[in-house]
Amino acid sequence: MRALPVGDRALLVEVSTDEEAQALHADLLRRRSEGSLSVREIVPAARTVLLDGIDDPARLAAQLTTSKLPSALPRAAEVVEIPVRYDGPDLADVAEHWDVSPDEVARIHAAAEFRVAFCGFAPGFGYLTGLPARYGVPRHATPRTTVPAGSVGLAGPYTGVYPRSSPGGWQLIGTTDAVLWDHARVPAALLSPGTPVRFVPVGSR
Amino acid sequence: MTDRALVVVRAGALTTVQDQGRPGHAHLGVPRSGALDAPAAALVNRLVGNPPEAALLETTLNGCDVRPRSAVTVALGGAPCPVSVDGRPVAWGAPVRVPAGALLSVGTAVSGVRSYVGVSGGVTVEPVLGSRSTDLLSGLGPPPLTDGMVLPLGRPIGPHARVDVVPQPRPPVELVLRVMLGPRDDWFTAAAVHTLTTHTYRVSSASNRIGLRTEGPALERALPGELPSEGMVLGAIQVPPDGRPVVFLADHPTTGGYPVIAVTHPADLPATAQAVPGTPVRFVAVRNRTR
Repeated sequence: MRALPVGDRALLVEVSTDEEAQALHADLLRRRSEGSLSVREIVPAARTVLLDGIDDPARLAAQLTTSKLPSALPRAAEVVEIPVRYDGPDLADVAEHWDVSPDEVARIHAAAEFRVAFCGFAPGFGYLTGLPARYGVPRHATPRTTVPAGSVGLAGPYTGVYPRSSPGGWQLIGTTDAVLWDHARVPAALLSPGTPVRFVPVGSR
Repeated sequence: MTDRALVVVRAGALTTVQDQGRPGHAHLGVPRSGALDAPAAALVNRLVGNPPEAALLETTLNGCDVRPRSAVTVALGGAPCPVSVDGRPVAWGAPVRVPAGALLSVGTAVSGVRSYVGVSGGVTVEPVLGSRSTDLLSGLGPPPLTDGMVLPLGRPIGPHARVDVVPQPRPPVELVLRVMLGPRDDWFTAAAVHTLTTHTYRVSSASNRIGLRTEGPALERALPGELPSEGMVLGAIQVPPDGRPVVFLADHPTTGGYPVIAVTHPADLPATAQAVPGTPVRFVAVRNRTR
């Protein structure tokens, strides 16, 4: 683990794996809720956690790098279930990539236990990990100009659900009616970092 | 019944509602947003007797015209510009009474980019995650102003400031940005780091509320490819594949995969809001805590 200064009010804490980043994130949230860490934003990402809005980055960096990385993720809260029709336009391509049938893609995907590693790209867009490494797929070289809201896609090791219509390069395998983002709702985001997620297949249209 | 509202007569090139933004939601992919020239926004709120969190208008280059349905006090700050009420010139940078139904014209900036229009009572569009700011990256908050739009106003809280005119910083002739190298300066060649901190760049016309784009020598990478996405801070200087540094402003994405070579000192960011395209930019490396 190393802690890189980001200006004079933030630290970027870097670890080696997705799992370590998620464990570190959970641990930092715990410290903040206990009152032993004062920070405005804790922003997890693929291999890092950004701590933004801190008073003494150098001291915190020394503290963090001498403490031990938590070994396991805390058992997270309630699982969010996302109903999905496995009817995406890239389902056949993903099946070919995985060397299985399209039905098998749905079965494998729905059997995995996901967790929101981090959010980004758009409000409420979560990067979900949980698929075995061999099921990674590349992004489209040329992104689609419009991906409909509720599209379930794959890119690299991640699964994501588009909160609203936007351009996007992910391989689309399905569709959900779940509302990922509604700023009139509390909380606005269905998925936040650390949330466990399962995709539940529903009948195709 | 008083009808506290502003009718937008001429929206201008890009006029948005802004306040102090919505920090604290970056982990959900929500940009902070908020007035780019925060000190100017705070000042005009003070001039009209508003609390610092009141929402106001941020114009871009050519101002806007609005008609309040009830009498209000307004004040202009940020980029200096001609101001008139029903065609009669009035003061910039001081509280001005605008009668019900009169036309407040905020003209084209004489220098700088963004003028701030504070209105007594503040603009009271529905807040989203605690803020009324328009976020041009993610589309949160009210849409940019359009002709004919009606913006609700709150009740005036305090008396307006008793001043004739207050000093405000002039828009920069040259932007000098103090920067701290890192976190990813090791992704660039030593020559690139030297170039960043010794050459003069220029503000690109492609700049917006998301980032101040620059033109100048490309920064050469020591490492190819993209980083795994990581969190981004306000003022981060990200270097996309074209090698020209981009300074992240209020509507910046919360995560990104291009390396951040350095981070701008927060006190130097308000001036970026007022730097017109072509303005020379120098990045000066500093080491110590300079706050």
